[in-house]
Amino acid sequence: MSIWSDLGIVYALLGAAVAVFLAGAGSAIGVGIAGQAASGVVTEDPSKFAKVLIMQLLPGTQGIYGLLVGFITLSKIGLLGGGAADISVTTGLLILAACMPIGIVGLISGKYQGKTSAAAIGIIAKKPDQFGKAMLFPAMVETYAILALLISILSVTAISI
Amino acid sequence: MSEQYTYAVARIRALEVSLFSNSAVDQLIACADYSQCIQFLQERGWGDSDTPADAEAILTREEEKIWEVVRELSVDMDKFDVLSYPKLFHNLKAAIKEVCTEEENRHIFYEDVSIPGKVMLDVVREKDFGKLPHNMQAAAEEAYETLLHTRDGQLCDVIIDRAALEAVYEAGRQAEDDIIRDYAESTVGVADIKIAVRSQKTAKSLEFMKRAMAECASINVDQLAKAALSGMDAIREYLSGTAYAEGAEALADSPSAFERWCDNRIIQTISPQKYNAFTIGPVIAYVIARQNEIKTVRIILSGKLNDLQDDSIRERVREMYV
Repeated sequence: MSIWSDLGIVYALLGAAVAVFLAGAGSAIGVGIAGQAASGVVTEDPSKFAKVLIMQLLPGTQGIYGLLVGFITLSKIGLLGGGAADISVTTGLLILAACMPIGIVGLISGKYQGKTSAAAIGIIAKKPDQFGKAMLFPAMVETYAILALLISILSVTAISI
Repeated sequence: MSEQYTYAVARIRALEVSLFSNSAVDQLIACADYSQCIQFLQERGWGDSDTPADAEAILTREEEKIWEVVRELSVDMDKFDVLSYPKLFHNLKAAIKEVCTEEENRHIFYEDVSIPGKVMLDVVREKDFGKLPHNMQAAAEEAYETLLHTRDGQLCDVIIDRAALEAVYEAGRQAEDDIIRDYAESTVGVADIKIAVRSQKTAKSLEFMKRAMAECASINVDQLAKAALSGMDAIREYLSGTAYAEGAEALADSPSAFERWCDNRIIQTISPQKYNAFTIGPVIAYVIARQNEIKTVRIILSGKLNDLQDDSIRERVREMYV
């Protein structure tokens, strides 16, 4: 077996890594930004802890989506079962491409959802009774992470090995 | 990095809840007398448990609280230069007068600035103006020499006040943040208008006005000074063609309406910061809003102490930030 034919599984694994790494990084950035804002509010008013904690967690979903796509990919290529499938370079690249949407969109949406959450935490600080409306703004950003997740899952499962 | 103020802004948002709204100010005015006002303030958390029930003690403590909060936010204190210059230049003015008149007065210095009273006094006594910040040196020397040779206290004030305005404007010009630029522009513009109005009332010369006014983009100092020479109507006419048109209307109403407008104009300048989540803007706006709040409470309390009618107190009350 030549080195070129071995690259198939490498590309496929790279796909799983991209999904987990980029989407996870997006969530880490987002949760970090929202956490700073949440800390600011709790410093002055600890009674708002529960509400701001929910806001902080919203950007955390991208990381979970990335993990999900990573799992599906690993089980698809047989790495989870212990026996790696024999994957061609083309199939490996297809799996890498299938993992891209949740990786890239997860990174960008995670960061921006964090910023929106931080701004929405400002609403909770001043008008805690408007929690429902405040939560909708960061939730809007979530839509695009879900769309990317959908395409990544559909693509990974559609690739035949 | 745009996220560096996230914590600070969120904390300020939480603190804004306790700022006095216009209705809280109305409640304070509605208090029957001075002692009831003090009680109202204490119930709203003003002062500390060990602060005496005295207006000055409470207001001083509140002023201290502003800077305690700001220091806890770990933001770059240089950003607040634009707010501290008036106090810093006041210290210079007080030190020069104390040295030149060889009198000792108590409580004339601000201590919560980069050069507190004692240090400023040493600098002026030794005439070592090189120790002062760059933008104070020339004015300090000129004001000192002027007061020493002419004994004209007003001229000394004019020199230092103008230098303070120029320092504020320069800090604004060099600032990256819009709020500092806008605040500096409004502060200098409003100060120039105040100078013009007061000079008109006291029949000052064109030369005096030009010496007192600082250049800024929103006001043409030449035209404003000439308008002030012609009379109050000319000032109003000039202002109606500038960004300060509302000031012209306030001038027509009454002197206290004009003073009120001067402060309201600054609050209007900072108002957009209520909707900003990631810059230093809301922190600076909070400091200005708190200072405005304390000033308003001081006006109400002194009105109550002097048995002023509620309506005439209300006329002097400033617009609130929240």
